Amino acid sequence: MSSLHGESYEPQSKFMKWFESRLPVMGLLYPTAVTFPTPRNLNYFWTFGAILMVFLVIQLITGIVLAMHYTAHVAFAFESVEHIMRDVNFGWLLRYVHANGASMFFLAVYIHIFRGLYYGSYKAPREILWILGVVLLLLMMATAFMGYVLPWGQMSFWAATVITNLFSAIPLIGKEITQWMWGGFAVDNPTLNRFFSLHYLLPFMIAAVVVLHIWALHVPGNNNPLGIDVKKKQDTLPFHPYYTVKDSFALIVFFVLFAAFVFYAPNYLGHTDNYIKANPLVTPAHIVPEWYFLPFYAILRAIPDKLGGVIAMFGSIAVLFVLPWLDTSKVRSARFRPLYRQFFWILLAVCIGLGYLGSQPAEGGFVIAARILTAYYFFHFLILLPLLGFVEKPKPLPASISESVLAKSAGAAGAESKA
Amino acid sequence: MASSKTAEPTRRDFLYIATGSFAAVGAAAAVWPLVDQMNPDASVQALAAIEVDLSAIEEGQSVTVKWQGKPVFIRHRTAKEIEEARSVDISTLRDPQSDEQRVKEGHEQWLVMVGICTHLGCVPVGQSGDFDGWFCPCHGSHYDTAGRIRRGPAPLNLEVPAYEFVEDEKVRIG
Repeated sequence: MSSLHGESYEPQSKFMKWFESRLPVMGLLYPTAVTFPTPRNLNYFWTFGAILMVFLVIQLITGIVLAMHYTAHVAFAFESVEHIMRDVNFGWLLRYVHANGASMFFLAVYIHIFRGLYYGSYKAPREILWILGVVLLLLMMATAFMGYVLPWGQMSFWAATVITNLFSAIPLIGKEITQWMWGGFAVDNPTLNRFFSLHYLLPFMIAAVVVLHIWALHVPGNNNPLGIDVKKKQDTLPFHPYYTVKDSFALIVFFVLFAAFVFYAPNYLGHTDNYIKANPLVTPAHIVPEWYFLPFYAILRAIPDKLGGVIAMFGSIAVLFVLPWLDTSKVRSARFRPLYRQFFWILLAVCIGLGYLGSQPAEGGFVIAARILTAYYFFHFLILLPLLGFVEKPKPLPASISESVLAKSAGAAGAESKA
Repeated sequence: MASSKTAEPTRRDFLYIATGSFAAVGAAAAVWPLVDQMNPDASVQALAAIEVDLSAIEEGQSVTVKWQGKPVFIRHRTAKEIEEARSVDISTLRDPQSDEQRVKEGHEQWLVMVGICTHLGCVPVGQSGDFDGWFCPCHGSHYDTAGRIRRGPAPLNLEVPAYEFVEDEKVRIG
């Protein structure tokens, strides 16, 4: 099966005919990015792919210019960040956009992931597309973590210490692995240097995997809220202008939230301790990661055993890799899965609950709650989803996308004429 | 081999496999410097040992020195603290170790430990907690006057680094 294609590109001008016969780049881009047949019923949850692309570009551009003013050395890193804030023209803006951009990036990616979970976008024939998405999530997490270390504040240093110490839980070679990662016997200058190098590299790897992600998307085409396949031309619209405009509108709405953080609460999502220079001899009283890592941090601390906690934390993402085969239901969209639909909302509540518990001290009732929610998280994926496909009786699926859309708009028109 | 019709491996098959193996070994050898460059370098290794003069530390005082980028607690223990540490029934401990095993013979008043909580790497606060030893504010681990874990989530006692007394009042750590 080859990729879905829209109408192919016909060069009009003499120059483009000459150029296209030598490098047919428009012939590649036009049917995949302009006339690409896209289901006509996509809702606003489908705009987050485009929003994520824009945020990747924002992070790349602001990151590259910040690197022109930043110094990756333990003696200068903290001061160079303050130099960016106080002396560099618009440095404050660039840094706040970059720092809050990371948060917005994760907010968008979590909405994108839960969209996929709700509408069954991970199911055949989109398994590779989904797996590439999980790879992207891991790359994003590694990039965000290393970026957070660079300002070399107290939270930077102790986040680096706690996270790299996770690898010391590996039996036999744990100590050697952590020392290899540190380039020393603790987090120090060699660690900061290599984190800067990798923080610069990884976004380009993300960009490369995004290309594969889009390539894999363009073979079967988009899933849609009904979760049924595109059957005829009437089920689709050309990507441009219909979805370029819809994506742009959603992006601007999302930018309002982004701007609210950047201009009115630029440090709301950060920690005040990170404005204290890193001190290897004093730990802040309460270490918490950035909000987007809190659910994973809660899972880590829920398990009383050090190695077990590390395995559970990585396992919570690893389970997503095999999700397409754990879900045994043939129906994609939760709209037609009355039971799964309820469990989806429970899972979302559990993930948010884990996030809350990750921000709380690991003691007493918080630990017990974190254990219950961690157990439920794995129960959902490993036991519930495989069984649900056999137990659940799905609702009848519509015959086609266009039929469903037309029935809906006819109903809406009828209601309007009555009013 | 697809190209070979004979049942017996040919001279060409052998050459293919030998060449391929040689290339694989060469590639692995070329990767090793790229991996090994991340290990602690010579300048870091050179700082792997430090000497500390103890003569200025009075009984009941502690100092924190930096060794290999980590805090090391040196505590001049009081007689009461030593007595407390030795009166514990070792079998009740999570990480059973006697006080004698954690200090050098003839220098029982000196306790030398890496000041990193064995739970998630925080630095505990001295002379506090329920056992007059160290208390980690991050997740509430209590250590006693020998630096042994007594309560809280930490799995192990505070690590005693390799050290020796080069003189009566001078230690070499590392």
